[in-house]
Amino acid sequence: MEWANAILQGTLLGGLYALFAAGLSLIFGVMRLVNIAHGDLIVMAAYFGLSTTVMLGVHPLVALVLVVPAMAGFGYILQRGVLNHTLGDDILPPLLVTFGLSVIIQNALLEAYSADPQKMNAGALETASIGLGPLAIGVLPLLTFGIAVAVIAGLQWTFYRTALGRAFRAVSDDQDTAQLMGLNKAHVFGLAMALALAVTAIAGVLLGIRTSFDPSIGGGRLIFGFEAVIIGGLGNLWGTLAGGIILGVAQTLGAAVNPGWQLLAGHVAFLIVLAVRPNGLFPRISG
Amino acid sequence: MPEPILQIAGLDAHYGDFQALFGLDLHVKEGEVLAIIGSNGAGKTTLLRSISGLMKNGADQIRYRNAPIGSLRADQIAARGIALVPEGRKLFSSLSVEENLVLGGRVGRPGPWSLAAVYALFPILQDRRHQASTSLSGGQQQMVAIGRALMANPDLILFDEISLGLAPIIIKDIYDALPGIVGGGMSAVIVEQDISKALSVSSRVYCLQEGRVSLEADSRGVSRADISRAYFGIE
Repeated sequence: MEWANAILQGTLLGGLYALFAAGLSLIFGVMRLVNIAHGDLIVMAAYFGLSTTVMLGVHPLVALVLVVPAMAGFGYILQRGVLNHTLGDDILPPLLVTFGLSVIIQNALLEAYSADPQKMNAGALETASIGLGPLAIGVLPLLTFGIAVAVIAGLQWTFYRTALGRAFRAVSDDQDTAQLMGLNKAHVFGLAMALALAVTAIAGVLLGIRTSFDPSIGGGRLIFGFEAVIIGGLGNLWGTLAGGIILGVAQTLGAAVNPGWQLLAGHVAFLIVLAVRPNGLFPRISG
Repeated sequence: MPEPILQIAGLDAHYGDFQALFGLDLHVKEGEVLAIIGSNGAGKTTLLRSISGLMKNGADQIRYRNAPIGSLRADQIAARGIALVPEGRKLFSSLSVEENLVLGGRVGRPGPWSLAAVYALFPILQDRRHQASTSLSGGQQQMVAIGRALMANPDLILFDEISLGLAPIIIKDIYDALPGIVGGGMSAVIVEQDISKALSVSSRVYCLQEGRVSLEADSRGVSRADISRAYFGIE
């Protein structure tokens, strides 16, 4: 029963990892940009959610109404103002610039909020649970998982059923020819980053409700996001969800064996997938 | 004499240190089909990339409807009514046939071309509309590329080597469709390796050689000897 519980909790944890990963996957898919600052942007969203709850006295989930559009707007400006200038044939400039951005965000958060761990107060939601036979499912992890599935489904729908998604895929296929169709790639990239950071905002707030956070934890979230993307297979959003679940289950199973093995087990699972299936378990499929 | 729709004066184009076009002068009259011929590396594709905005130039080097467009981005030029059918078709591989066509129409210019009109011109595309664009034969892909450009309802359409790599029978099909495309008053520039094909569909012809215009003539009256001289640069 202990194992069933570990698998269940790991699956739900995987939803959060999928949310970390979805933004990364989207940005890489549309513009081949590897965003090293992604983890710090998640933490930034968590702090933004914290400030909103403290100043307005609202529930963290209500704060999303403000945090999501703010992060999306920040993403658009960041892309048009900075990141678009780094994109080109050379893959090094975007890596270096987003690495620099990561350092800037961490230090700005340190200045503004200090290094003390913070946590958002979600009231009864944090401890509520549903009994399922001998198992207990936390309402918050379940909600997180449900949101992750909804976000992935929403992104999938956007990508394959809307004009915006068509523009994303066209620019991803061939930037020059997309430009000939009247698509301004600078604007399309801005919209992609806005969408990615809107997802990041949700991930950040859910992270901030679940655990305490401080300005230095972005790197770890980035690694979890990367691992979920690679396990699932690049460019496949449902694969990213599966990758998050596999990573989450590996971590909770590792922790069930020995509490010290939680992170190690996740990394080992990632390395095994990378060795056996370098393209991930579910490489890009259309539709 | 009608005002030219496109006027190119002193156009230079570079790829890094390599200069591809040298002070090129050329114009396209309203409603005409203009052919551009020349050997590989003469600058034909560079010229079309410059007109369509994929290469940046001096603003006044290219004027369209009397407005300088040489330094505009490709999407801005597309919105003004110039469409390019690129060499090698360049279909979007992750989009279906119909999505490729719909994307071509997103500049939202009014005109006779719609999905229904493109399907009437190339009926086979209607049967294949939900397939991945890259699963089609070369000729069908070329039809998608042409249809995608038409969906923008351009006033000036540029064809870059539309017969390249296609079987003669398919080339004939595509060229047979051409009068139905340009008949509505659209101006067209056709870059073509097949000289007799180029001459038969056009009213005027330019020959490029090493980035310069080596011949400008009426397609009907030009002699083979003149073309050979302009094409190969030998007396």
